[in-house]
Amino acid sequence: MIMIVPFLWMISTSLKSKGATMVLPPQWIPDEISLDNYIRVAEVFPVEKFLLNSIIVAVFTTVGQLLLCSMAAYVFARIQFKGRETLFLLYLATLMVPTQVTMIPQFILMKYLGWLDTYQALIVPGVFSAFGTFLLRQSFLTIPKSLEEAAFIDGASHFRVYWQIILPLAKPALATLAVFSFMQSWNNFLWPLIIISDRNMMTLPLGLSMLHGRWETDWNLMMAGVVISVIPILSVYLFAQKYFIRGITLSGLKE
Amino acid sequence: MVGNTGWKKFAVISIFLLPNLAGFLFFIGIPIISSFVLSFTSWDLLSPPQFVGVDNYINLLRDPSFFNALTNTLLFIAGYLPTVMVLALIVALLLNRRLRFRVFFRAAYFVPVITSWVAVALIWKWMFNPSYGLVNYFLSLIGINGPAWLQDPSWAMPSIIITSVWKDIGFVMVIFLAGLQGIPENYYEAADIDGANGWQKFRYVTLPLLAPTTFFVLVISLINSFQVFDQVMIMTEGGPAGATTVMVQEIYNHAFRYFQMGYASALSWVLFALIFVVTFIQMRWQKRWVDYGK
Repeated sequence: MIMIVPFLWMISTSLKSKGATMVLPPQWIPDEISLDNYIRVAEVFPVEKFLLNSIIVAVFTTVGQLLLCSMAAYVFARIQFKGRETLFLLYLATLMVPTQVTMIPQFILMKYLGWLDTYQALIVPGVFSAFGTFLLRQSFLTIPKSLEEAAFIDGASHFRVYWQIILPLAKPALATLAVFSFMQSWNNFLWPLIIISDRNMMTLPLGLSMLHGRWETDWNLMMAGVVISVIPILSVYLFAQKYFIRGITLSGLKE
Repeated sequence: MVGNTGWKKFAVISIFLLPNLAGFLFFIGIPIISSFVLSFTSWDLLSPPQFVGVDNYINLLRDPSFFNALTNTLLFIAGYLPTVMVLALIVALLLNRRLRFRVFFRAAYFVPVITSWVAVALIWKWMFNPSYGLVNYFLSLIGINGPAWLQDPSWAMPSIIITSVWKDIGFVMVIFLAGLQGIPENYYEAADIDGANGWQKFRYVTLPLLAPTTFFVLVISLINSFQVFDQVMIMTEGGPAGATTVMVQEIYNHAFRYFQMGYASALSWVLFALIFVVTFIQMRWQKRWVDYGK
């Protein structure tokens, strides 16, 4: 009960008129159900912009990570060359460094590149993931060598082996990473907080926090905003449930 | 073999690895090094950085607000970590049985995990409202006059801890569930034959065999809880009177409110050092209680 009551209350509050919010004992089902708060939240703040920005950032980050991490992981798992292990260890070592260490120079970098308040700043630094490379490499290593040797004998190139043998066989790992990277990017707060000040560029979590700062006491409005931010990720979750749980268990990481 | 020798191999490696490697160096590698260098400078972003040696680190050790942030972070961990682990283990044990509505329960615990911290923090800020929040309403039903929670310096940190446990319990539970499902059924059958009761089975079968999972959860949760920030930023911004200012809030304030980039970098390296040392100690210590079998 404790787990779902706050969510029920959130939905109930978002459907109430302002006066009905302060009434105790709480009314779980409001006398009058109205969508006014949703209309108002869209009027006072560009919620559809936040939503669009969040979608753009999450989708591009996810696609970028899948592509770049899988390419690097292919090299790390399937091609022998000098210095490979050292290079890979270097990737792994960075996993230990908390994001707070890199965020200050990254902010300065964005400032000098002139990327503050842009999509690039929201997307590009998040595309290079040591964790993603590690996860995919582990999965690529389990694919038998004989499969690609047969392909090479038939004259296939590395590109074909990567695209037509390795990637299809690693679908569960790719899906895990996709779901994970989507969730992380969708819920990210600290990075947008640092680099975005233009309200047209805000993602949902940041937009919500700004909405909160400005309309401190208008909880109906706030809860409508929160519902809008929860629904998309909830749909993604329901759609990809088994990968979410698997991904969390495999990685033990979170946002 | 075609494509596996000489310059062709080199070309393949370059094309596949370089985009990732270059970006990685540029956006992660160089920032790590610059952050370290920055921590020995004084820089407000406007005038050029000044080299100040280890001054930032010395100042930090003399700064009561650093120790306040450190204490608060440790208080958060002390309250959060045991609570979330014990509760998650209990829930995992319950859900591991063939319970009715199991799928529903799992989803109920997991929805807060996927929800953004901002959304969760806002819901709970509303829940903790002293005059019309649900928390005090429920307390009043059992005759307790609830505190002002987030406005009260002695209750603000417990509020943050309660919220964090609520959000993360599903995450920890899923890892425990995976661990529980890895324990072979025949160990329990053997214990049954020996006439073990429920508690004995838990104590002598479940707990030892779950040790690797517990260790994993402990390490990950500890690393994460050193970095607590989003909930604090939304619910209290570190207040009231600094009662919930944690390490990352302190870094954020110095870097992006007072524009002391050098000092903030030094703070971030202290945070890293703390996480590193604690993780290292745990790795050492695990040999004494974690048995990976074989």
